[in-house]
Amino acid sequence: MSDLSKLTIAEARDKLRAGEVTSTELTQACLDEIEKADSLGAFVHKTPEIALKQAAAADARIQGGAENPMCGIPLGIKDLFCTQGVPSQAASAILDGFNPEYESTVTTQLWQAGAIMLGKLNMDEFAMGSSNETSTYGNAVNPWRRGNDDAALTPGGSSGGSASAVAADLCLAATGTDTGGSIRQPAAFTGITGLKPTYGRCSRWGIVAFASSLDQAGPMTKSVRDAAIMLRVMAGHDPKDSTSADLPVPDFEAAITGDIRGKTIGIPKEYRMEGMPAEIEKLWADGTDMLRDAGAKIVDISLPHTKYALPTYYVVAPAEASSNLARYDGVRFGHRASLSQGDGITEMYEKTRAEGFGAEVQRRVMIGTYVLSAGFYDAYYNRARKVRTLIKRDFDQVFSDGVDAILTPATPSAAFGLGEMANADPVQMYLNDVFTVTVNLAGLPGISVPAGLDGQGLPLGLQLIGRPWEEGDLLNIAHSLEDAAGFVAKPTVWW
Amino acid sequence: MSIDESTARRVAKLARIKVEDADLPALAGEFNAILGFIEQLNEVDVDGVEPMTSVTPMRLKRRVDEVTDGGYQGKVLANAPDAREGFFAVPKVVE
Repeated sequence: MSDLSKLTIAEARDKLRAGEVTSTELTQACLDEIEKADSLGAFVHKTPEIALKQAAAADARIQGGAENPMCGIPLGIKDLFCTQGVPSQAASAILDGFNPEYESTVTTQLWQAGAIMLGKLNMDEFAMGSSNETSTYGNAVNPWRRGNDDAALTPGGSSGGSASAVAADLCLAATGTDTGGSIRQPAAFTGITGLKPTYGRCSRWGIVAFASSLDQAGPMTKSVRDAAIMLRVMAGHDPKDSTSADLPVPDFEAAITGDIRGKTIGIPKEYRMEGMPAEIEKLWADGTDMLRDAGAKIVDISLPHTKYALPTYYVVAPAEASSNLARYDGVRFGHRASLSQGDGITEMYEKTRAEGFGAEVQRRVMIGTYVLSAGFYDAYYNRARKVRTLIKRDFDQVFSDGVDAILTPATPSAAFGLGEMANADPVQMYLNDVFTVTVNLAGLPGISVPAGLDGQGLPLGLQLIGRPWEEGDLLNIAHSLEDAAGFVAKPTVWW
Repeated sequence: MSIDESTARRVAKLARIKVEDADLPALAGEFNAILGFIEQLNEVDVDGVEPMTSVTPMRLKRRVDEVTDGGYQGKVLANAPDAREGFFAVPKVVE
């Protein structure tokens, strides 16, 4: 194995600038790894021709003195991002054959900076899932295994392909999206870093919509520094997304000073869940000690409405999804069912959506339809929006009391086996997002940092939650945690 | 609140998703599990609380009401399952 695909963005940037390596060599190394890794199910549409063409252009730019740190860096792109002329189907059969005529704003900014597209990455269908088991492409697989057990584990979801590809060194970094934990949970399951920015930091234009008030794109990387570098290029105001913030994008990497003395870190008591595995509890306590040792002040805090975050999410997200997914009707793009004699337009809609949507997507669209329907709108949807106000108010309160960031576990367990949850009721799967979903409801930035291994040798992550628009400060604290945790383990190559 | 088969059928109809009659009981069961979970929200005192409309306090931007883009008929139709003579084609809608 060539080691070039194992580089971080920061390392590759330095080598590219020093002329020690070319983007073409880096890109080819990644393409070679991708070819050997079909059993991971991570890359579902490969774009080697585009990649090598972009790499040649990047090499020319670097020779000409290009300054952008993402120039020449090979990336994987989650299938949720529309990429011009390259299949983009949100891992759904209903978008079979969809080739966008346009490019998402986030990927446009990455390509303008000189980054390289290796291909599209697997995910849960329409980003609805926590295990990458709802994809029309089949499962993405975690490169990590439990000791010598060869049972296939989930890389988490919904950005499972992104997590698997970064952890297995098929690319230097990947894009993800996060509606309830879809960047942070898979990052934790695969021992990588995943950042969900503040709502509005990255444009949602050209990203297939799931729940528009919660969706946010972010970087999935091999280090906290890489997340800072990549976020700067992904972020920024976009007139085509009215919810994208018209705020300056700071140099997030420059915020990483290594000094967190005097920072106040909150430890929320409500995240100490009944039945939490002892290993997660210990990891959390260890992480708290690391930040204290680095000079931070640790305070106990309360976020009293935490318990209601998941039920709130499972009203708000399906409601928005039922509206967003109404566009998949077999008329303008994607799949249309073949019709029987006498079928009219209603039958076309119903058959197309029954054939095109998988079981979990159908379930959520129908739940969303129900909570928005006449007679239930107030009881469910409006009540959930009121509780959401209270959840955000909890965070506003602790931040106004002087807390700079909040430390929590990223997930309630390590990666579980593919198929292990097949017979569980849907709510059991939803519990995966218990620590991450509050952050989306409150629109805050959150980052998952790999912090240790469990008894079976699987990675575990800690989550830091920051103040709105303070990703720089959050990344600086995360960098201290990363530094102290010293997580360097890699999965043994079996694929 | 318990969802029966006829409610499940009505919701599927509203969502324009064809569900076979044989699958309705299982679907109703799943709805009940999820809605049972959501019922917890009834414990929360929300008196006087405004429903959230925007997670970050921001005013939507305004711009001049004018055409700034367009002329993409070919691109708009390029992914259609059935496009004819510059239009999307669908089964007969009006008798």
